[in-house]
Amino acid sequence: MANKPNLKIKDLHVAIDEKEILKGVNLEINGGEIHAIMGPNGTGKSTLASALMGHPRYEVSKGEALLDQADLLDMDVDERARAGLFLAMQYPSEVSGVTNSDFLRSAINAKRDEGNEISLMKFIREMDKKMELLEMDEKFATRYLNEGFSGGEKKRNEILQLMMLNPRIAILDEIDSGLDIDALKVVAAGVNAMRGDEFGALIITHYQRLLNYIKPDFVHVFMQGRIVKSGGPELAERLEAEGYDWVKEELGIEDETVGQQG
Amino acid sequence: MAKEIPNVPDIPDYQYGFHDKDVSVFRSKKGLNRQIVEEISRMKGEPEWMLEFRLKSLEQFYKMPMPSSANSKWFSLLPGNLDELNFDDITYYVKPSERQGKTWEEVPDEIKQTFDKLGIPEAEQKFLAGVSAQYESEVVYHNMQKELEEQGVIFCDTDTAVREYPELMKEYFGTVVPPSDNKFAALNSAVWSGGSFIYVPKGVKCDVPLQAYFRINSENMGQFERTLIIADEDSFVHYVEGCTAPVYSTNSLHSAVVEIVVRDNARCRYTTIQNWAPNIYNLVTKRAVADKGAHMEWVDGNIGSKLTMKYPAVVMRGEGAKADVLSIAVAGKNQHQDAGAKVTALAPNCTSTIISKSIAKQGGKVTYRGLSSFGPKADGSKANVKCDTLILDNESTSDTIPYNEVKTDNVMLEHEATVSKVSEDQLFYLMSRGLTEDEATQMIIMGFIEPFTKELPMEYAVEMNRLIKFEMEGSIG
Repeated sequence: MANKPNLKIKDLHVAIDEKEILKGVNLEINGGEIHAIMGPNGTGKSTLASALMGHPRYEVSKGEALLDQADLLDMDVDERARAGLFLAMQYPSEVSGVTNSDFLRSAINAKRDEGNEISLMKFIREMDKKMELLEMDEKFATRYLNEGFSGGEKKRNEILQLMMLNPRIAILDEIDSGLDIDALKVVAAGVNAMRGDEFGALIITHYQRLLNYIKPDFVHVFMQGRIVKSGGPELAERLEAEGYDWVKEELGIEDETVGQQG
Repeated sequence: MAKEIPNVPDIPDYQYGFHDKDVSVFRSKKGLNRQIVEEISRMKGEPEWMLEFRLKSLEQFYKMPMPSSANSKWFSLLPGNLDELNFDDITYYVKPSERQGKTWEEVPDEIKQTFDKLGIPEAEQKFLAGVSAQYESEVVYHNMQKELEEQGVIFCDTDTAVREYPELMKEYFGTVVPPSDNKFAALNSAVWSGGSFIYVPKGVKCDVPLQAYFRINSENMGQFERTLIIADEDSFVHYVEGCTAPVYSTNSLHSAVVEIVVRDNARCRYTTIQNWAPNIYNLVTKRAVADKGAHMEWVDGNIGSKLTMKYPAVVMRGEGAKADVLSIAVAGKNQHQDAGAKVTALAPNCTSTIISKSIAKQGGKVTYRGLSSFGPKADGSKANVKCDTLILDNESTSDTIPYNEVKTDNVMLEHEATVSKVSEDQLFYLMSRGLTEDEATQMIIMGFIEPFTKELPMEYAVEMNRLIKFEMEGSIG
């Protein structure tokens, strides 16, 4: 189908302060697919997420990233967003004095042309509906963006933004960290509601737990700044049961992190 | 008389001011002397007592030195730079013509466009543009005036008050801010012109804010306005002064005095937003006295000017009085905002809150200078001070200079100061949702000043937001 989104990452190398973290990531995500990247701490998973979104601290030294054939790496952060990329962040910023709803409405309108802004009534209806699904108190609409939110509230708020902004490809960076099981289910329900041919997702996580609620189509193991092994959902289950040691053994990896290798 | 509509003045980085060379029918010579003060008083047809007040104030002005770190404790640290202020190069009195006969059609398009961008209502636009004999606003003004009169509220310009309400004027004028208070208060006392006079009788609550711009008949935008407000017992009044349209003047000194008396259990709120051209010295003395259970609120916005020195003050002299000072200051290139607040508790159980928000950009300088003072009888009083500064680039600077005086035990004083920058992570976050860098920065700034804008009447809040967006356009660096 012509309108299926496509994210293609080819041999991506990324450095922070001239230290290389990502060392050749290859991955392709299509509409209708959910990919999970799993891996121990310090292997560069979150770097991949931030670099794809264009965080200024990350420098791409080599490789390509294309969203619907357009060169993502040539775009500013906001252009990437308007092209249809979304990043649910592990540590979203707090912005005092700006209400959640004002922010969301501005973000929605940023994607629309002048004169074609979302009507206030339509916006409120959609937001109410989505907040209900995410079991968020309506007070969150008028609270300042992430200010004083608990970890779990921030994560729900990220998913609320995901649902309201309706991106083509979403990256969820450790969206499960710090969530209890009930919150995890709610967040997963939100992501599952997005599933369809016009939506693709990359879920970054430590744990299999989240994948019980969001069934991935593909699972990738991340070590030493790249994908070292790929498979189906059964790979996640084996990692949960046996840990990562067998992967390291199989591939002859002693230190899975990117830390010591400069 | 030939009318000349000048172009928007050519001042770097300041496209929105305007002036009109030809509206005045009387202009005093530059410089200051006894003769000029006498002339001002005569032009206004003032009674003898006011002339005497002016002349005494002039003597006071001559006697007092220019405030500096050498002679003033208040300015002992990092004072604003007054070196270039030349009193001989200032015109002290300009009498505007009563009916300028200028029409809206003659106002330059650029100015109208600026007003439109700021979202200023047309009636107000016309007033600001000097189209003073403007029909609609006169109607609005008269309707409001009628309602106020029925309640016994007096709202007029201060010149009129001298003529029509001599008893009230003699009782209160110059009592809250005496000429000897500081050099600029002395100067204002000698040459003052225009400003508002408000008297609200006992028990009367004015439910609509009284707005200066409806007082269309006089020297509203003078350089040396003198405002006096008396809120009698149990009354309430909200006075709104100025607006977000920039004020341009060929004169480089604006020095107003505002005196407010808040009687027992009365409440007065005074809201100002001022947007000065970058050639202006804005040196203002604002002080209120609050009696038993009275509540004084200053809401004060300062944008632009070369140097602003302004510290709205509240002297809480009755038990249980309350003071709130909420201010924002925005300093851009070559600008210094030296602003703050002074609160003094002289009676038991007084409470005060100071919230100061400053933004510095393009090398601008912001100073918070504040005083929290507790007298010997201020048992059980509390003061809370919070100063936040947002710095937009590496060239801009901020200083916080709090003075505390505590002359009794059992008081509580809290002071909190933060200096922050628009963080890379915040920008990244907002931009990752599709906002451009400019939009994201604006949003962060709007959020920063939100505690201020939320206290403004709706139409002013809208104007304020537009103005800040205006100010911040392209200032990210």
